[in-house]
Order: sequence, then C-alpha cells, then structure tokens
Amino acid sequence: MSEVIVITSGKGGVGKTTTTANLGVGLAAHGHKVALVDADIGLRNLDVVLGLENRIVYDITDVTGGHCRLRQALIKDKRYEGLFLLPAAQTKDKTAVSPDEMKELCEELRREFEYVIIDCPAGIEQGFRNAIAGADRAIVVTTPEVSAVRDADRIIGLLEAAELRDPKLIINRLRSRMVRQGDMMSIEDIIDILAIDLLGVVPEDDMVVISTNRGEAVVTDERSRSGQAYRNIVLRIKGEAVPMMNLDEGGLFYRLRRIIGLK
Amino acid sequence: MLDFLNRVFGRESNGSKKIAKERLRLVLVHDRASVSPQLLQTLKVELIQVISHYMDIDEEALEVTLDSNENQVALVASIPVKGMKRPTRTMASGI
Repeated sequence: MSEVIVITSGKGGVGKTTTTANLGVGLAAHGHKVALVDADIGLRNLDVVLGLENRIVYDITDVTGGHCRLRQALIKDKRYEGLFLLPAAQTKDKTAVSPDEMKELCEELRREFEYVIIDCPAGIEQGFRNAIAGADRAIVVTTPEVSAVRDADRIIGLLEAAELRDPKLIINRLRSRMVRQGDMMSIEDIIDILAIDLLGVVPEDDMVVISTNRGEAVVTDERSRSGQAYRNIVLRIKGEAVPMMNLDEGGLFYRLRRIIGLK
Repeated sequence: MLDFLNRVFGRESNGSKKIAKERLRLVLVHDRASVSPQLLQTLKVELIQVISHYMDIDEEALEVTLDSNENQVALVASIPVKGMKRPTRTMASGI
C-alpha cells in the first residue's frame, strides 16, 4: 500500500530537494500522510527549503544510531496536516548510515506513512546507495543541460542495476523560449536520449527562489507556473492522467512588456 | 534595431541544441560501453558465432572496439581470417 520513492539525479543542483519538498507538500495537501527523508547527510537542505530548520532536535543518524526513537526525530510541519520531515545530520557524512539501516528505517516509516519520499544526495557513492536502499521506485530529475542529462543517464543505469526498474523522469527548469530558439534541448530530445517515461516538466520560475527564500513550497502558490507543474506531477503520482500544461513563457506582448520593463 | 526585433519576435539563433544533442549521443555511447565492458564481450562472442558460419577465424586475435572522432562513433572489429568455408545449403537459409 505505502510507497517509498527516491528522488535522484546524479548531478547536483538540478532540483531534487525542491522537488522532494514540493511533492511532499503537494501530496499532504491532498490529505495523504507523507514522510520526507533528507538523505544528504553532511549537507542537509530539505529542512531549510521547507522552512523547518529551527525545529530540528534529532536527525536520521540519531535514529539509526539508537539515540532516539523515530517518532522523536520526525518533525511535524504545522502548516500541512500529515507532512513530516526526518532531517539529515549536518555534522557527519554519508558513511554515518548504511544501506541496511536505511532499508530498516524505510520499513518502519512505511508502516505509518502512505508516501515516503527520500531526497537523494548528488553523486553515485554511499549517499546514493543509502538513499535507494529502501526505495520501491525512483524519480530521476534532470535539467535540459548536457552535463545533467549525462549524469542522469549514469544514474538510470545504476538504478536498473539495483533492480529499481522503470524510473520516471522529471525535467526541471525548462525554458520554452530557449527551446523555441533552438538553444535548449526539448522534452522530446531528452526523452529520446534517456528513454524513460516522463512524469512531468517544471518550467524555470523565479517563484522557486522566492518561495525558498521564505521557506515555503511553490506548489501551494496558485499563480506560480512551477507550482502548477508540481501540482500536476502530484496528481500523476496518485495515478491520474494529467495533460502537460502549457509551458510557454508567453507570446509577443509578454516579451514586449518584459523588454520595456513592465512585468 | 535588428537585435531588438529579434528579441521581440524570438527568432532562431544559432541552434546550439543540435550540437548539444549530438555530443551527448556520442558521449553516452562511450559512457554506456565503459560502464558495461561485458556488453562488448558478449557482442564479441556472438560475432564469433555468426562469422564462424562463413569463415575460419582466429578467435583469440579478434578485437572489437569503439572508435570515435569528432562527429561519429564506429564499432570497429578486426577479425583475422584463417580460411573460407565452402558454401552449403544451410548458409543460404541463414542458419
């Protein structure tokens, strides 16, 4: 019944943490009980992106090390019913936890939560192995850039070797204007190369920076286009077939206004 | 002025994504091959099976590599031939 999903990419900075936060908040908004796990030990960020950085008492290494119970380490987000965060440690590194410990942790979380979403660190070493150890399925995040797609390909290979078959793809930070001008790879180009199923596309959006500044998730912002994209992805995760939203940044008048200085 | 009009109407610039896609395609051929050296090994074994229907080859000296230059990757096989087999009926049916 419960699902453990790992959000991974290989490349750093493509939007794993942002995606984890937004999918978590989005699913909780639908009334589901969701646990978000920050597996980036030593470089934790899921807490700060969610605006929960001041609420950390215990972290994942305290749980696996037996210093506290899981319940004590889980932070309940007061804004969204059903959303909990298990933060990473900031003062240790990826070797502080083992894949077996992660597996056990996921089993325990699975009993209480409908969705467990794991924010995987960048890279392919122990951090990655820890993050995927307890997962049922994987979502690969990439941006339409050469290095990100290359790393995503490597990660897909490693996921399949680890028996995490049929990973889904999220293309993040797409800029339609650049795609139209032939200066950015299109959705079709990327799917052509990576050959996995597309889960969704999130357009480049200043609101992501702004909401992160505030410690809020953009998925709750009605006017935000990336928020709309994340809302659609949440529905698809729940099994609904949602058509791709219009990713265009706007037509002639929009561009004119931007050049003149109005927004 | 032209630059302004180009920005307003969003004209095609230099199409750098075509180069990007090509480069990615090539680099991934190498990445995927080096990640699974057994792929080339299996390919080698199967190649030997097929070619042995038609000629006697020096299996030890057979070499299969991925050769690349600026704009393409090629699978290059060096197959020392010791002798040709006489054509038979089974060959025609491709068995």
